[in-house]
Amino acid sequence: MAFAPSDEPVALKILVAGGFGVGKTTLVGAISEIRPLRTEEVLSDRGVGVDDTDGVEGKTTTTVAMDFGRITIREGLVVYLFGTPGQERFWFMWDELSYGALGAVVLADTRRLTDCFPSIDYFEQRGTPFIVAVNCFDGAERHEPDDVRVALDLDPEVPVLLCDVRRRASAKVVLVTLVEHALKTLTAAQR
Amino acid sequence: MTRPRWTDEDAGPVVRPFALTGGRARSSGDNLDLITMVRSTGEPPTDAGNIGPEQRRILEITRTGASVADIASDIDLPLGVVRVLIGDLHDQGLIVVRPPVQVAPQPSERILKEVINGLRAL
Repeated sequence: MAFAPSDEPVALKILVAGGFGVGKTTLVGAISEIRPLRTEEVLSDRGVGVDDTDGVEGKTTTTVAMDFGRITIREGLVVYLFGTPGQERFWFMWDELSYGALGAVVLADTRRLTDCFPSIDYFEQRGTPFIVAVNCFDGAERHEPDDVRVALDLDPEVPVLLCDVRRRASAKVVLVTLVEHALKTLTAAQR
Repeated sequence: MTRPRWTDEDAGPVVRPFALTGGRARSSGDNLDLITMVRSTGEPPTDAGNIGPEQRRILEITRTGASVADIASDIDLPLGVVRVLIGDLHDQGLIVVRPPVQVAPQPSERILKEVINGLRAL
């Protein structure tokens, strides 16, 4: 049932995480063709306090909309960008989204640095290669990447960079930095 | 007899999504990752009456290969519904699936370097 490995399309997945309103969708839109996707939230365990669901087979779901981006590197090699939902009630989707991911970009806003703690914890625990990209909002005080590294208590090998997610050139640097970091992590693991 | 066209694009959401799957929320397609690549085998369906219009569209879209996320976006149906439909097509031998390259095997250095160069060239 599997394809032959050589001439078949290869898909890679990159996650874009960070707090609500930090610019995840803007980053995806700056660098890729953005596409809508509908998914479902499982309601079987929550929010059904008054309803008796005993004996009801299957899942009760409601539709959740999300976006993803697609970058075609060449025919047969495609990079997908998935924004991870910021709100806590959508955390159930994270495991699915991060399964098989090449790595993650954690977007940070220096005015609300703590918003990205959950993402950093998550990727550290899963061993997913990640970088921290500090989105420089207009009017926000500039911070040096090293200050952010200290504030977030990051391991020294985790790249930290400043970016402007509205700019395509900046979004490119962010993604290149992540894939280079993932490559470094991969080759270190093979040694 | 032609099938009643309950679910064409103009009709809008007159049918609840899981009605397209006969009410089933589970199938062999359950564990398909968002970027699992799907490709139709080109085999004609043995029981054409069992193939709905959505599944026909999936077979068309996947002629040259498409990811699960792309398919769901193209046919504008929720992911869970699309997984069931893909699972059915897979059970009938009409499509082949390939899990993300990271899972088996690891992405090769060569591919990652190609991605880095490709991103730089955007």
